[in-house]
Amino acid sequence: MKLQKNTLLALYSVLEFAADPTRHIAAATIAEKYGVSQHHLAKVLSELARAGVVASVRGVGGGYRFAGNLRRLTLMDIIRLFEPDGLGTEAQPSPSGTTPADLALDAVLSEIDQFARATFSSITLATMLGLMQRQGKKT
Amino acid sequence: MAVRPVRRGDLDQVIALDATVTGLEKQNYWRSVYRRYGVGQHEQKHFLVAVAGRRIVGFLIGEVRDWEFGSPPCGWVFAIDVLPQMRQAGIGTQLLQAVCTLFRREGVRKVRTMLSSDNTLILSFFRSQGMMAGPLIPLEMDLG
Repeated sequence: MKLQKNTLLALYSVLEFAADPTRHIAAATIAEKYGVSQHHLAKVLSELARAGVVASVRGVGGGYRFAGNLRRLTLMDIIRLFEPDGLGTEAQPSPSGTTPADLALDAVLSEIDQFARATFSSITLATMLGLMQRQGKKT
Repeated sequence: MAVRPVRRGDLDQVIALDATVTGLEKQNYWRSVYRRYGVGQHEQKHFLVAVAGRRIVGFLIGEVRDWEFGSPPCGWVFAIDVLPQMRQAGIGTQLLQAVCTLFRREGVRKVRTMLSSDNTLILSFFRSQGMMAGPLIPLEMDLG
């Protein structure tokens, strides 16, 4: 399963903001950290702002800040904003779509998709920040 | 709020709590569970309740299971719930911590659970406690 570049960028950005909800971070800071253009990041942040996940802060020291609920917002909520058609594991319509092999592959891909969705839907940003903290201690 | 082993007099409230959450009142099931996990102090079987005043506000059932499919003994949590209006107050966390303490005393170093993949509420709770996907994969088939 592979998430699209914009989805990953959104997840990284949200985690940056969520780590300290009181802090404003300039888009340029995040763009530089993740090696993407500000123009590219702006589209992602704009979508996150439209969904109420982040809020833009104007003026000196402006940028964006986290505006969601850490204990409610899940990874799937973010992913869904950028991949409304699914996770990329979902069964794709095949040319014929009705052979036993098509149907068997559809069943296997659906199984993978079900677990991927359950995983992303059960991990809140608060849980993710805790996981990051534990991973940080290991390194 | 206190966590303690279930008592016979708690059972009606546990049944009512479960019925509130699931919509099904499973009298026979819960009496059977009580006989297996709640009467006396069963070794390695735990039926805990969270009590606020005289009210049962949550419960958890777990046990130590040995060598399932080659897995060393580990603690299993197979039921947990908290009154909907009492959630987000750390009751589930206290119940889980209590059973983990009992599991540790019994010599196990791993705790597992299994639940429906669409039960995001309880999945999120276990995730928030640090649980991750384990090495076991649940499988099933229709028996026709």
